[in-house]
Amino acid sequence: MVDVGTTAPIEVERPSTDVRPDLPWVTIVWNDPVNLMSYVTYVFQTVFGYTRQKAEKLMLDVHHKGKAVVASGTREEMERDVEILHGYGLWATVNKS
Amino acid sequence: MSTGFKSTRKGVAIKLDPGEASILRSLVSEVLGLVEPGATGDDPLERALGIGAANEEQHDDPVIARLFPAAYTDDDEAAAEFRRYTEATLRDAKRADAQTLLETAGPGQVELSTDQAQAWLRSLNDVRLALGIRLEVTEEIHDEIESMSEEDPRYPAFVTYDWLTYLQDTLVRALW
Repeated sequence: MVDVGTTAPIEVERPSTDVRPDLPWVTIVWNDPVNLMSYVTYVFQTVFGYTRQKAEKLMLDVHHKGKAVVASGTREEMERDVEILHGYGLWATVNKS
Repeated sequence: MSTGFKSTRKGVAIKLDPGEASILRSLVSEVLGLVEPGATGDDPLERALGIGAANEEQHDDPVIARLFPAAYTDDDEAAAEFRRYTEATLRDAKRADAQTLLETAGPGQVELSTDQAQAWLRSLNDVRLALGIRLEVTEEIHDEIESMSEEDPRYPAFVTYDWLTYLQDTLVRALW
């Protein structure tokens, strides 16, 4: 992701996986060189209703680690999330957790 | 160069000069031309549900492959099935976003409702994805432009890309 330089750096405190063990499927968002850090954060807030803080932490995980699990649930739920994220141009996939 | 998007009482606004409006419109038109309408089968039920045969051939184009990524990385069959159920709808949504931008983007003051601004946001992203793939941009795009000679044939396209990045970033911040 790219940062246009107007965001203050944010401390990353802990790895962000909010995966409930009983939910076998996950939605993964992968890093790419085009999507903006601000935009990706905004999309996570809009699509998942996450707080700005949580959305930023997930965005930074994608940026630094190359990918992040952004949601977990049933396969149908994850496919719906991925479809919505593709609508926003994010590179998202459905995976088994 | 324009000063980017500002938040307003009803939504967002931007002032575009004629050259900017023209470049923006032409790039969005190109993406619109690339993203063909969602093709559903002849079956009326499938058509009503937005189910169709994905055009696999078009996915050889890296821009199309990026705009319509595979939803499964290690299961081609599941990826194809996902496309069959979602791609026609996604194509239509991308086209609708582009059309909203084309209907509202002109020289001078552009005022957008929140819904229109959302369409602009996604459409600007599609244009940046398409251009980014064609220009093979990396995360070091800023440094690359800094060190690029103005004589470099890629220079104008890179500057345009950078301007679109700026537009999109100011739009996100105006909507937040």
